[in-house]
Amino acid sequence: MPRERDGLSAIVRVVTQWLFVPILVYGLGVGFFGHLTPGGGFAGGVVIACGFVLATIAFGGRTGPAPVFHRWAASLEAVGAMTYLGMAALGWSAGHFMQAWTPRGEDFTLASAPFLVVLNLAILLKVGAGLFAGFMVLVLFDRATGATAREGGDA
Amino acid sequence: MNLILIGLAAFLVLGSVAALEMKNLLSAVIAVGVVGLGLSVLFLLLGAPDIAITQVVVEVIVVTVMIRATTRTTDEEKGPPRSLAAVVVGVGSALVIVGFGIAAFAELPRFGAERPTPSFWYLAEALRGTGAGNVVTSIVLDFRGYDTLGEATVILVSIAGALVIARHVARDGKVPRA
Repeated sequence: MPRERDGLSAIVRVVTQWLFVPILVYGLGVGFFGHLTPGGGFAGGVVIACGFVLATIAFGGRTGPAPVFHRWAASLEAVGAMTYLGMAALGWSAGHFMQAWTPRGEDFTLASAPFLVVLNLAILLKVGAGLFAGFMVLVLFDRATGATAREGGDA
Repeated sequence: MNLILIGLAAFLVLGSVAALEMKNLLSAVIAVGVVGLGLSVLFLLLGAPDIAITQVVVEVIVVTVMIRATTRTTDEEKGPPRSLAAVVVGVGSALVIVGFGIAAFAELPRFGAERPTPSFWYLAEALRGTGAGNVVTSIVLDFRGYDTLGEATVILVSIAGALVIARHVARDGKVPRA
């Protein structure tokens, strides 16, 4: 098998394949249950972004899940922000802006505060996609500037 | 317990100084990572698991990105030696800041001794008012949701700005000359 130019060794790739989905599930769990346990949308989003960054580093950015997700990252971030704003604006239907307008479930369950769960997920989407998009842009920037430096002969 | 906290805080100060003084960029980034992880342990010992989790994951991703950004430029940074005037001004400013810091902290209520009134109200009303078992989330997303809205706006705008500028560069493959 010819060695590809990009990415890290086979050991790292295999371990990343095993860990990638558990990392995403962990991030979602931290985000979903942020209103019951320590964590929340921000921490969960960063965990998910870490998973994609790991995949990008291990597989080199041209293969793996990174290129697909990268195309959607900016849109997903906007969806997260709009969800937060939309949930806040729908509060007007119950009285005022940012009013928790969703019905409440039993205490200490996932449904105890649907409003907070949706806000947490909106932040998760926004932070996860935003951080990953920022990372990818840095990688592309580095690639572009590296190419320029090589052409200039000073690299 | 107090000794552990003081020891950890001293370790963080040492790590920060090391990060500033190291000539090799990669070593400095690693020192910054050590400081961040130590800080998260400090938060955990002080009973703030929410902040500790956020600190850990942010530190991991920031150190990863910084290492990715500095591996290309591992050449050591050598500046001219500092002049006496710069040292005097630097040490003087540091002393003034530390003096103000000590004066400000002397005015604060003793650590954990008395809480301002809103804290009691938050603790009493969090579950009944919002349905959140985690008081931190009830404050961040409900009682003070406007703050989080503002924070979300800041992140959105900053990342959108970075995307617009850097994507342009990445597509053209050219770095604008300053």
